[in-house]
Amino acid sequence: MITVAEVGFYESWWVQLLKALVIFAVVFQLVPIVLLAERKLLGRFQHRYGPNRVGLFGIMQPIADIGKLVFKQQFRPRTSTGWLFTLAPAISMMTAVATMAIIPFSNVVDIFGTQVGLYGIDPSIGILYAFAFGGIAFYGLMLGGWASGSKYSFLGAMRAAAQLISYEVAQGLAIVGVVMMVGSLSLTEIAAYQAEHLWLFIPQFVGFVIFTVAGFAETNRPPFDLAEADAELVGGYNTEYGGGRFAAFFAAEYVNVVVVSGIAVTLFLGGWNIPFWASAPTWLDPIVVIVKMLAFVFFFIWVRATLPRLRYDQLMGLGWKVFLPLATLNALVTAILVVAT
Amino acid sequence: MSPYDPGDVVEVVRGPRTGAAAGAYRAFAATLKGLKMTMSRYVEGPLTIQYPEEKTPVYPRFRGRHKLHRFEDTGLEKCVGCSLCAAACPADCIRVVAAENTPENRVSAGERYAAVYEINLSRCIFCGYCEIACPFDAITMGHDYEMADYNRSDLIFTKEMLLAEPLARTPLRTEGE
Repeated sequence: MITVAEVGFYESWWVQLLKALVIFAVVFQLVPIVLLAERKLLGRFQHRYGPNRVGLFGIMQPIADIGKLVFKQQFRPRTSTGWLFTLAPAISMMTAVATMAIIPFSNVVDIFGTQVGLYGIDPSIGILYAFAFGGIAFYGLMLGGWASGSKYSFLGAMRAAAQLISYEVAQGLAIVGVVMMVGSLSLTEIAAYQAEHLWLFIPQFVGFVIFTVAGFAETNRPPFDLAEADAELVGGYNTEYGGGRFAAFFAAEYVNVVVVSGIAVTLFLGGWNIPFWASAPTWLDPIVVIVKMLAFVFFFIWVRATLPRLRYDQLMGLGWKVFLPLATLNALVTAILVVAT
Repeated sequence: MSPYDPGDVVEVVRGPRTGAAAGAYRAFAATLKGLKMTMSRYVEGPLTIQYPEEKTPVYPRFRGRHKLHRFEDTGLEKCVGCSLCAAACPADCIRVVAAENTPENRVSAGERYAAVYEINLSRCIFCGYCEIACPFDAITMGHDYEMADYNRSDLIFTKEMLLAEPLARTPLRTEGE
């Protein structure tokens, strides 16, 4: 058998199963929260209330949204390629959820005498796992748009492919600095490193900015939502999708937002550490991570409320001509400093 | 002169071109500025008036649904059935049928009174000419603007309906608000 990646810490199979379910349940619950938060916060940013009619303060709005979509007819254009059209939302959803597994909520802890790592999996390739699934996630968008057999979808798919691939390069280079400073790819070790040293967004500020901006592009969020671009491409890759399949794309986008926030928190914002309180109790760790994640999601929404969508050539120019050289320079300078000190 | 003569070309004034680095720096600063702007909007809070629960206060001169008036002391109707409002109405939505006051049945202060006074609110354009035409201030434009109904025939308001106080009072704007 080929070993793809070594895993830092093993539990028995039932613990792994259990914690996989718990992490899925908990992180997936963030999706409706983020969905509602986005609509309400966007409203606040525009002097509005946002949805506040369904349930108390509108808390039932995500259920109403998803419920509406799920009960709609599954429509497929005649020009589409059937099995790819059906597969694409599933790919989007699967990769989004799979990436969730590597967000560490704490290190290995002792729960009722059992040693459990509070993360889905801690592979030695660490952050590269996220990039691998990020790479596959493009297929969801690209195949979805292409298999729809419509021109808007096709344009959206092409944009998605070009944009996501070019930003993944910059994003990958942006975290090289982090990896060099820590000396490990494992996310738990990166988070643990920040307990003793500065949080990495201070020494790696350039990397942090590039990672965040590339994160917007990776998750297809404004101002980089060119693949969807409602104004010019109707809905981009998801133009032809409706009902449950659209709901899958929709939910996958929000899972991606949560996951990118989780990775950003782990890489740059100290993971489960609280500043100036090194002896924080262990049970607080997952809560700290989730609070930081939600704060980062707030930033996502804040940026969405602020920035207009970029033009396509501006987007590519920014990715290749600004972020790629900057990220390379950042990696180079970090390498020199790491070797020198 | 070259074979291609563009003629009168206005020179376009462009801002100084920045390099990639300066442009990125500027974009970063502008982004922060924008973020600050939206955050200040957030802090200011929503300006929405949640309509069915809260209502927009109207100005004193707002022209809403008509009201017919009585004299406060005697309780007699001010309208004497002269039909000047009907004559002034550009939408032709007022119908007045006058009748003589008798000593036994005294309805208005004048010689005659309006036996039938109907305003078809589905045709009314709320111009307020009836109010201006009325020599006795018997009809005025009120502040009520919630008049939606399921039937056109329900929108023909009779004299009794116009004389009655509207059920839900619309908030009035205070001076300077």
